[in-house]
Amino acid sequence: MKPAVALRTAVLAGAVLLLEVLCRAGVISRFTMVPPSAMLVGLVALLRSGSLNGDLLATFTAVAIAVVSAVLVGVLAGAVVHTVPRVRRILDPLFGTYYAIPIWAFYPLFIVLFGLNEIPKVVIAFLYSVVAVVVNTLLGLDRVPRVLLKMARSYRMGPFETGVRVVLPSAAPFIITGVKLAIAYSLIGVISTEFILSSRGVGYRLSFAYLGFDNTTLYALIVLLLICVTTINQIVYAWEQVLLQRWGRR
Amino acid sequence: MSGTDQQAAHVVLRGVTRVYDGDGGTQRVHALGPIDLDLLRGQLFSVIGPSGCGKSTLLDLIAGLSRATAGEITFEGRPIRGQVPDGIGLVFQEDASLPWLTVWDNVAFGLRRRGAAPGEIRRRVDDALKLMGLTDFGRAYPAQLSGGMRQRVCIARTLVLEPRLILLDEPFGALDQQTRLLMGDEVLRLWRETGATIFLITHAIDEATVLSDRVGVMSARPGRFLEIVETGWPRERDSRIAEHADFGRITGHIWSLLRDESLKAMGHGPAVQ
Repeated sequence: MKPAVALRTAVLAGAVLLLEVLCRAGVISRFTMVPPSAMLVGLVALLRSGSLNGDLLATFTAVAIAVVSAVLVGVLAGAVVHTVPRVRRILDPLFGTYYAIPIWAFYPLFIVLFGLNEIPKVVIAFLYSVVAVVVNTLLGLDRVPRVLLKMARSYRMGPFETGVRVVLPSAAPFIITGVKLAIAYSLIGVISTEFILSSRGVGYRLSFAYLGFDNTTLYALIVLLLICVTTINQIVYAWEQVLLQRWGRR
Repeated sequence: MSGTDQQAAHVVLRGVTRVYDGDGGTQRVHALGPIDLDLLRGQLFSVIGPSGCGKSTLLDLIAGLSRATAGEITFEGRPIRGQVPDGIGLVFQEDASLPWLTVWDNVAFGLRRRGAAPGEIRRRVDDALKLMGLTDFGRAYPAQLSGGMRQRVCIARTLVLEPRLILLDEPFGALDQQTRLLMGDEVLRLWRETGATIFLITHAIDEATVLSDRVGVMSARPGRFLEIVETGWPRERDSRIAEHADFGRITGHIWSLLRDESLKAMGHGPAVQ
């Protein structure tokens, strides 16, 4: 094991152990937090009971739809904006300030528009992630070496073939960064929306456990989310690193 | 021009001029020409000139990557008009290897686009890799190779399509002197083995002298040929030709042609003799 990995594992294990001791010793009240071991036991029980299956499916389906649509729309929009410099000049400042907009404030509007169902949370997650994909796609397209475009012309490639065979693969490391952010933002978007106003999903279950003082379920769900988010993020991060290394940008 | 010369001319340029239109308040720039030139079939022709004299513009015009403002260029008797004709291969100064493909797939890139049969692709790619000494690196990615080896990948990718005219735009400009000399030897070997016509842009006088049958010396902008210097080297040659008595004479002559032009390009007047 590399020293950095060993140190990181030791720090995390130490923090969990310290939390366990503090909770068991009563320094941290059980009304505030349950010991990490109890969180894990609670999580296993929750997963075994199968009562969470429907919520997990609802949450991750919404996240998947939001991520896929954000990536498709984001890459396409990024490519279009990149080819029209005038549109780019108009939109660039808006992209820069986009994340200052509290998208959740529009939730009532989305309910009016789409009804009280899964659509508003997908729309919020999509809106929260799509601009990250657009901005990273633009960054990637900006950095496509001009010589590769010249090479494409020397092979008599048309604009579409150049886009598919040269430009998009060349911009891939940046697009992957956009995908990574889209996954993180979509998870935040979906779970937060479920927390505020929804009748199913992991966010709703979190809110329900919190309001019912069910700390064991509450922390079990937090641990579950941490495990899911960290695992997904690590997989995409590892993929991103492989691309960056291969593209010689690291 | 004699009938024999006409027959042997692979690429013919007549009155080729390139002027860039000024836009957004910038001035029109007369970059090149008028240029008359015959590239003879199977010869290695180098172009040398001061920075900004339009060497790369000339290469782009011959390649069909851009259009001449006036004049005409023909390749194998057919006019070149803004599209790279079949039979022309290009190698650029910058690394144009595709980082997401292995060396093998990089070399196979053009053949796959053409829809060649898998067996033919395998045979031709393996041959090109062997020719460029890359057989052991087929599975490597370009980022794992040195700059010189990446340039070999680009040359192999061009050669595999068996071009009849190879345009090299300062392909060794980013490499160190020793690697450049050795890569020059590789080019000479490939030139002999493939029988292709080679048009090489370079900024190195010694490189132009060693490699070429003829060296076109260009003026400062707008670039025109001041003189086309015949080296008279035998076809069987390599970088050791630099030991030949004529090497110093030819490089000296090219430099005497270039010196004032280079000063002009730097914004100075003609040098005092």
